Amino acid sequence: MGKITKQPKRSRRTMLFSPANNPKMLTMAHLYGSDCVIFDLEDAIKYSEKDAARDLFAEALKTIDYGETEIFARINPLYTEFGEKDVRVLVPAGLRNMRLAMTDTPEQIKELDILLTEVEKEHGIKVGSCKIQASLETPTAIKNAYEIAKASDRVVTMSFGAEDFTRTLGAERTKEGKEIFVARSMVVMAAAMAGIDAIDTVWAHLADIEGFKEEVKSSINMGFSGKSCIHPSQIKIIHNIFTPTEEEIAKSLVIVKAAEEADIENGGVIQVNGKMIDIPVISKAQKVVRLAKASGVIK
Amino acid sequence: MEIIKNKVNRELPKYIEGYGEVKPYKGPFSVQPQGKKYAVNKGFYKPGTQKLVNNLKEAIENCNLKDGMTISFHHHLRNGDYVLNMVLDEINKLGIKNINLVASSLTKAHEPIIKHIKSGVITGINTSGLRGTIAKEISKNNILGKPVIFRTHGGRARAIEAGEIKIDIAFVAAPTCDNLGNMNGYEGKSAFGSMGYPMVDVKFADKVVAITDNLVPFPLKNISISMTDIDYIVEVEEIGNPEQIATGATRITKNPQELLIAEKASEVLIASGVIKNGFSFQAGSGGSSLAVCRFLKEYMKKNEIKGSFASGGATGYLVEFLEEGYFEALFDTQSFDTSVIESLGKNSNHIEMSASMYANPHNKACIAHQLDIMILSATEIDIDFNINSLTGSTGMIMGAQGGAPDTAAGSKLTVVVAPSMRKRIPIVTDKVTTVVTPGETVDVLVTERGICVNPRRKDIQEILNSSGIKTKKIKELKEEIEQLTGKPESTQYLDEIVGIVEYRDGTVIDIIKQVKE
Repeated sequence: MGKITKQPKRSRRTMLFSPANNPKMLTMAHLYGSDCVIFDLEDAIKYSEKDAARDLFAEALKTIDYGETEIFARINPLYTEFGEKDVRVLVPAGLRNMRLAMTDTPEQIKELDILLTEVEKEHGIKVGSCKIQASLETPTAIKNAYEIAKASDRVVTMSFGAEDFTRTLGAERTKEGKEIFVARSMVVMAAAMAGIDAIDTVWAHLADIEGFKEEVKSSINMGFSGKSCIHPSQIKIIHNIFTPTEEEIAKSLVIVKAAEEADIENGGVIQVNGKMIDIPVISKAQKVVRLAKASGVIK
Repeated sequence: MEIIKNKVNRELPKYIEGYGEVKPYKGPFSVQPQGKKYAVNKGFYKPGTQKLVNNLKEAIENCNLKDGMTISFHHHLRNGDYVLNMVLDEINKLGIKNINLVASSLTKAHEPIIKHIKSGVITGINTSGLRGTIAKEISKNNILGKPVIFRTHGGRARAIEAGEIKIDIAFVAAPTCDNLGNMNGYEGKSAFGSMGYPMVDVKFADKVVAITDNLVPFPLKNISISMTDIDYIVEVEEIGNPEQIATGATRITKNPQELLIAEKASEVLIASGVIKNGFSFQAGSGGSSLAVCRFLKEYMKKNEIKGSFASGGATGYLVEFLEEGYFEALFDTQSFDTSVIESLGKNSNHIEMSASMYANPHNKACIAHQLDIMILSATEIDIDFNINSLTGSTGMIMGAQGGAPDTAAGSKLTVVVAPSMRKRIPIVTDKVTTVVTPGETVDVLVTERGICVNPRRKDIQEILNSSGIKTKKIKELKEEIEQLTGKPESTQYLDEIVGIVEYRDGTVIDIIKQVKE
């Protein structure tokens, strides 16, 4: 119960991908207004440039003030020769959020957890400061979704990657997305059970804006907290769709205020406008208020 | 050498060899014009006189061109211009030297003039801008041996009308011309649109030669420049390369950084309350400037706002605005895109205007002074909001004044849109390399890293504060950018002055010195 009614966490409506080896993007990506930026050290970087990209990104972390934007790195898997080095260089440079690509099992999270604890201790960083986003991109990962989400307290979000998922499934990815519906649902459910954010897959058809809007609407309806994006032009569209209506906001503000006054976390029961309000309704109202604040509609 | 300081704190010699006495810039409207405008000699035309001559040589000889005279050109044919080069080649063949060249601007197409400068055919240059190899030869090697005089579009019209530039012969490229000299710029295979610049030249030049590749019988029905001012007509195969004259359809940039800047600029304009029925607007043709139009259009559509007029440097996007009814009229002094050229001949609300009507400050009115909003770009802007659009931070000439100082002075709200850095060079500096547009006429800077309001505009600052739009002090923005770029080393110059930057009223706002290798 406590977890549901905690203070609103930060919003993760948008996670913008950006290559970590592009100096211009390292200084620019956070200016486009996404809630999070994921600097990619994995697929976007050639093997021959992995070390240079990591060093460049480490310097950027030390130098650039990213303000309120939550910065992630998509690190290389630990079974490659680059993954551990990514952690050992980037955490001391200031990285606190890492997306673990192709997370198939809870053991992979635990392995990263152990490494992070070691690096944190080594550099005098409070243990547990570094957080993980598990990236689920295969049928195996989807099957293990809840176990992955619960593998460590460091796991704060879980994302779904449709391209690798359909590839490993042997399916064609379509705009309609019937082939990924079940997997998306399973990610959302596992994340909800674990009390973490679920982030939906990217939309690659940049020119098809109407199709994109439909997919973002379906992301919200399914329960995703945000969407990965591959181009700055997608950010505002996502934010607009994530912005609740004035009516929803007004209603939710009343519920949240009543819940706070009734000390609901400690088991109170409240009544708003003659209706009994339970925990799921309060939780939804908190989400609406959080999204309204993130979109700047209310302060 | 006696040194004086002008109002933007630039040190200037009181007298410059090859230019004369320097009148220092004292403020945007400090010069009160006196006396009469210049007037040309009366003309004379007996019935039956033939204006059409056999070739350019004959026209030049008939005009009695001599060593030391001043000739003028316009740059509407842009990178596709054949006319300026063909005239100068002919003058060279005739052995005439010491020519003072007055061009509305010089482009890459005009690079052959370098040989004429080196051989002494051209010994004076007046222009709004210089680019490419010509600019490099002037900046680095001072091949002219005296300063180029840079004027704004309005300033050039003013100087011609005031008689400060006395044009002996104006050469006019005419995409369509009849056999008495009536012409327009929007018909014919080399159509370029508005004839805004030569409209001024032909009224104040002693002789005028029209050069056309589309000679038609009298009477031409659509007349931009009339036969009353034309002495001779020369028919040539081609006046320009159509592929290089105008761009095709205007497309709004897809560059996310330019779009981000444009979106922020639009938020400033909307918050300022200037986007309302009857407002007027001008934007440059740069990526962010043009993209502002996209965001404005969305806002105007949603709020059913109709503007009074747009002006420019007309782009296809402004023509779309006009055709879709977002503005009552479009004033056009040069047409950038093919769709603008096509519109000029068929839409009576698309109005061709002379550079003088556009921006001459010493007229009884000009369009630039009716603007509510002006969107400008810049190569540099300093902490006093002075803008440079003429030289790079390396000191090299690489741009133009254009109409920026004219519109900034005239407009109620002047917004500069610029990236905070180009490559690794910061755009915001302590002192711009060259002051082109004075900071006291600039109101807001919008970059992708923040918005800065000129402290002079407390009213705008208050409006933005109350609208929740975050702003920064320009010094803070400069420091933030320098955190990323470092502070560039300053350029070293020689003592030779290679350029004089006149403000629109004829005072000197800055000088450009030769770059040390």
